[in-house]
Amino acid sequence: MAFYIVDRRLNPGSKSLENRQRFLRRAKALVQGAVKKSSQDRDIKDVLEGGEVSIPLDGMDEPRFRREGGTRDMVLPGNKKFIEGDILPRSGGGGGKQKDAGQGDSEDAFRFVLSRDEFVDLFLDDLELPDLAKRKLAEAESEGVQRAGYSTSGSPANISVSRTVSRALARRVALRRPRPEEIEKLEAELEEASEERRAELLAEIEALKAKAKRIPFIDPIDIRYRRFETVPKPVAQAVMFCLMDVSGSMSEHMKDLAKRFYMLLYVFLKRRYRHVEIVFIRHTDRAEEVDEDTFFHGPASGGTLVSSALQAMHDIVRARFRPADWNIYAAQASDGDNSFSDGEVAGRLLTDSILPVVQFFAYLEVGEAGGYSFEMPDSALWTLYERLRSGGAPLSMRKVSDRSEIFPVFHDLFQRRGKQEKAAI
Amino acid sequence: MTATAGRLFEGADWDFATLQRILEACETIARTELGLDVYPNQIEVITAEQMLDAYSSVGMPLFYKHWSFGKHFAYHEASYRKGLMGLAYEIVINSSPCISYLMEENTATMQALVIAHAAFGHNHFFKNNYLFKQWTDADGILDYLEFAKSYVAQCEERHGRLAVEHTLDAAHALMSHGVDRYPGKKKLDLRDEEKRAGKRRLYEEGTFNDLWRTVPAGRAKTSAVLNVERRRTLLGLPQENLLYFLEKTAPRLQAWQRELIRIVRHIAQYFYPQGQTKVMNEGTATYVHYRIMSRLHEQGRITDGNFLEFLQSHTNVVFQPEFDDPRFSGFNPYALGFAMMQDIERIVTTPEQEDREWFPDIAGTGDVMAVLRDVWANYRDESFIAQFLSPKLMRQLRLFHLHDDPEERAGITVDAIHNERGYRRIRRELARQYDVGYIDANIEVIDVDLAGDRRLMLRHTVVKGAQLNETDAKRVLQHLADLWSYDVSLVEVDTSDKVLKEYVLNPRALASAA
Repeated sequence: MAFYIVDRRLNPGSKSLENRQRFLRRAKALVQGAVKKSSQDRDIKDVLEGGEVSIPLDGMDEPRFRREGGTRDMVLPGNKKFIEGDILPRSGGGGGKQKDAGQGDSEDAFRFVLSRDEFVDLFLDDLELPDLAKRKLAEAESEGVQRAGYSTSGSPANISVSRTVSRALARRVALRRPRPEEIEKLEAELEEASEERRAELLAEIEALKAKAKRIPFIDPIDIRYRRFETVPKPVAQAVMFCLMDVSGSMSEHMKDLAKRFYMLLYVFLKRRYRHVEIVFIRHTDRAEEVDEDTFFHGPASGGTLVSSALQAMHDIVRARFRPADWNIYAAQASDGDNSFSDGEVAGRLLTDSILPVVQFFAYLEVGEAGGYSFEMPDSALWTLYERLRSGGAPLSMRKVSDRSEIFPVFHDLFQRRGKQEKAAI
Repeated sequence: MTATAGRLFEGADWDFATLQRILEACETIARTELGLDVYPNQIEVITAEQMLDAYSSVGMPLFYKHWSFGKHFAYHEASYRKGLMGLAYEIVINSSPCISYLMEENTATMQALVIAHAAFGHNHFFKNNYLFKQWTDADGILDYLEFAKSYVAQCEERHGRLAVEHTLDAAHALMSHGVDRYPGKKKLDLRDEEKRAGKRRLYEEGTFNDLWRTVPAGRAKTSAVLNVERRRTLLGLPQENLLYFLEKTAPRLQAWQRELIRIVRHIAQYFYPQGQTKVMNEGTATYVHYRIMSRLHEQGRITDGNFLEFLQSHTNVVFQPEFDDPRFSGFNPYALGFAMMQDIERIVTTPEQEDREWFPDIAGTGDVMAVLRDVWANYRDESFIAQFLSPKLMRQLRLFHLHDDPEERAGITVDAIHNERGYRRIRRELARQYDVGYIDANIEVIDVDLAGDRRLMLRHTVVKGAQLNETDAKRVLQHLADLWSYDVSLVEVDTSDKVLKEYVLNPRALASAA
């Protein structure tokens, strides 16, 4: 009897994956539109979840010659009361009929499930990191070392003991080095042996001992060293500074807006860098570094001094994040209040110490719910930053007052574009 | 192995040794009791995802890459996840060795059912039915698919993914019109034609008789008419295999594009018999699994519980909802096929007077398997139904025939029901529903304007007033024009040659640039 049973479960061959990618590539524009639409009515937390999207089949169709209309004859099962010559009114006709009529259009739109990665990919696809002057630095490479097998020479510190011992063992076995137990056994026998046997044993022991001496336990040729190679390593880490005004004038709603923006930025950076750290700095009239929970929910009160936060950020950068090793991103959220005298200091701090070391600095001015962003009057901080920006400082700034504006604003900030910043809103 | 070699398995769990035992037990029954003749079997165990995958690339294990398969996968996956669709228990490939896929989620009973169904039922049908013998090459198909896959990949590397995709899209659109429907048509080639003309001339000279000149004949054809006829003969027109025609005669296709079209055409041809034998194929497989499973149960090799589990799946498979049932969506090929096979068994073993009148050849002959094997080898759905649908079964299914003429204001007429007057008409109509000549639109290449603008002219002969869907027809013709790279026209004519509609499409710039 000829047959084979094969287990194919282990080698899927990933055929579906490849075809799926082709399909997504082809439907990219459509899927992207659907992704944007579906992300609008989601929470930010869910953005990362992937999920079902529905796209129209236009352009994705596979046309065939198809006939319709005309006289139709059909044979159906399950006759109950009809007899030959009966005429059935069309409206409530045969059960199969209505289905047939709709069949051609049933595939006009179809829903399918995107995985989490696919979703985020498509969601962030038309975004990119701003192409600033410091971009070069972002791709600068540093040297790193990495294990690369074994070598016969090296520093004693790098001796690989396990490798060396196993090679020595193999060599001793191959050359039949006598084991100490064998010699001990013969010596024990020697104690009680008769005279002629004694001489024989002595000779044998002598021979074994000589052999053991000739074949060393560990020979220099057994020794192996761990080898290391230096490889160029791209800077693959980023730090994200979240600066927020937590003075009394910031409402819960405003903090929520800021939080949403920070989360998006985090997701975005996470896709570009292997390692992303977040530093939360909140400020009233003095600034402090806090953990996330305190940042968003901790009570605080006081006046407003933006320069204090900028100073804190500057100090932290100097202490912990060398600009050569880290890509630095900063996003500041505030309702725009700042004490009048602080403007000059903050401006100087920003242009002299902060902007030169960061890849990107975004300022998000949050407004009260129900207000419209374009109706918000220019605040003290906005005026200050606007002045800096028109003086050539690489700042991005937007106003937001409603949850639904966060996505568009974020997209707008990171849109691929030929030129630098367009005029703000 | 004796008939009572103990249980094949207990409960629902199985391992590879179980599959081995099931295969051996099924094979013994299939060969000795049913007299089946099968290709060697190859059983492959796969996951649900792989099953979905196989679904979307038309059930083939190795197929070239194309976005449309990804689309079908996404579509099937979505409905599978929602629970709208159960997966097929098996997929079987018409090849030698015959490959059957089993899903790992199936219980031991289901695996036995699937093995009996696919590895013996379908397998026997593939090996013995005349259509499959005529049109498919079971030994070569796996190698050919391997070739097609690597060839398409190579083309993508050399000519770009987009260009290949474009060609394949176009070829896929014409796939249903890329099969030869009749075997053995020899094509003309110029050298043979010349030789033949020479021979004919010699013959005419050798048998010259001046008297023939005086025999009155009809008016001679003008040279223009003769030219047209000659051209059409040389091009092999009319031609209904559009892909073949493009492959051989499209003026501006690259060699690799012709090869791609050829691949699509071969695959279409490979599936051609399957479309014509759905009822028979499934009927055969269902009948075979029913026989094998019942026999295993009689032999005590599967328990009563397992047999009940089998019966439940079996009845689900052969369930035929009635026309007014919300679940109704046409005839279930499993149900109709199985019912007819069982009916033949009844006619052969315990015929009634009516059966003796209708089926004098087989009624009461006694050897069920001999009759069935003959039927499985020599019929396709259309002829099978036209020949073997019995009045008893028509009564049992309560078949009736509706005639829907849009011109008729009053409504749809009931043309025939399951009574003495209606049997033959119902049987004829049902057979016609499975006639391959009626399933696809009759579209032919009729001419090419070689002297003028190289327009390719097609004709759709409209049957019973069913015209082409306009949007789709335009899209398909656009693809056709892209491949032909000159204008393409299609006229729809009714049987009295009255033109109902005309399409003209120009090729897109993209194709001619390629």
